[in-house]
Amino acid sequence: MQRNPQLNANGELQHLLSIEGLPREILVQILDTAESFAGVTEREVKKVPILRGKSVFNLFFEPSTRTRTTFEIAAKRLSADVINLNIAVSSQSKGESLLDTVANLSAMQADIFIVRHSASGAPFLIARHVKPHEHVVNAGDGRHAHPTQGLLDLFTIRHYKKDFSKLTVAIVGDILHSRVARSLIHGLTTLGAPEVRVIGPQTLLPSGVEALGVRVFHDMREGLRGADVVVMLRLQNERMGGALVPSAQEFNKHYGLSGDKLSVAKPDAIVMHPGPMNRGVEIDSTVADGPHSVILPQVTFGIAVRMAVMSIVAGN
Amino acid sequence: MKPLPEAETICEQLAAELRSRIGPKTAMIGIYTGGAWLAERLHRLLGLATPLGLMDIAFYRDDYTARGLKHDPKRTKIPFDVSGRELLLVDDVLYTGRTIRAAMNELFDYGRPESISLVVLADRGGRQLPICAQHCGARVDVPGGKRLRLRQAADGKLALVLEAEDAA
Repeated sequence: MQRNPQLNANGELQHLLSIEGLPREILVQILDTAESFAGVTEREVKKVPILRGKSVFNLFFEPSTRTRTTFEIAAKRLSADVINLNIAVSSQSKGESLLDTVANLSAMQADIFIVRHSASGAPFLIARHVKPHEHVVNAGDGRHAHPTQGLLDLFTIRHYKKDFSKLTVAIVGDILHSRVARSLIHGLTTLGAPEVRVIGPQTLLPSGVEALGVRVFHDMREGLRGADVVVMLRLQNERMGGALVPSAQEFNKHYGLSGDKLSVAKPDAIVMHPGPMNRGVEIDSTVADGPHSVILPQVTFGIAVRMAVMSIVAGN
Repeated sequence: MKPLPEAETICEQLAAELRSRIGPKTAMIGIYTGGAWLAERLHRLLGLATPLGLMDIAFYRDDYTARGLKHDPKRTKIPFDVSGRELLLVDDVLYTGRTIRAAMNELFDYGRPESISLVVLADRGGRQLPICAQHCGARVDVPGGKRLRLRQAADGKLALVLEAEDAA
């Protein structure tokens, strides 16, 4: 049997590539560690010395200001040195291969590579070729996975709901193109959430999605009924107007989260969104800014979760 | 070998010793896990007005590169401003001094205390850093390959125990 590429010989987290395949104990370890780091981010001095002298390379082959920034803040709060490389406009355009780029950066004494790439599997390829003391964290690869976003979603849910064992979680919108949804579904089922629902038009649900252990709804009100947690996904502009979604207005009418649709969920339901939001498309402003919304706390928790991931992998 | 001293008796003695030096600026902080138990006890016996602080020094340890991050760090909670305080830093067993070094570094990221005094239940010697306790309950000789630890029973009773060094 092939060893899990994310774990070292002792079963400890060496790279974070995907939530899929991670044992429950490691997910819990990351969430517990993030809880400790959440305390650090509330202090006067928001910095601990744990990664002093280590170098974190942000390798973004695809632009993403928010994810890159939160990784950068997290690394700096761990006292690491951060080097941001926007490779979309760098070596790759001169024809250098992915592995050559990484080999060159490795020669500059990197300790952690944070990788965002439009091709699914790119961080796995890099993880297979780095030196034993180097670590890879996937910051989103193609349609495949976005594990730190999934982990911060899990952290947010645990923060507000304490226990996964009685929760109904509804994930709404473009599941097909969402790496966030996949990562979150794997995390929720691993941590024992009994009911995970996906809601969306047939055209935006991957075929065979039921195999992930979720219930599928095409009617939003039916799917939201009794939900404790509602996770809205971004409808990417480039998907609109084509065969998948007729128009933003049409999508909003059926799958946009309004106060009226939310009223069938539990009275204390929380509403999450990975950002950036399209107000008036997948979520109405009254909900995004309303009392159920935990969208901005998600961003804050994301820093603590990324601090936890980097400090765990770099120590293994 | 001499029997280990009674932790319960030492707690009473330490509280009596500390009582005379409690002033308006005094505050107490315990280090997880054993030091937190001892601090909770002393805090209650002394009836301190300032709430108890608890700290986990995982992010300040000097053996991270060799050993990585331990599995269950607790969240440090210091519910008062440490600046200008006379702090009583509490741990269960004083050994190499490295935990105390880490704890002091972490404390200074919260502010500038007026002073820090170290309170320990037991000192087993073996210091690797220039650190000593101002209030020490007992001196204990620990045989090679063993570790001295504080245990808390379900009823809250504290006891010192010797364990194999490689025990979890």
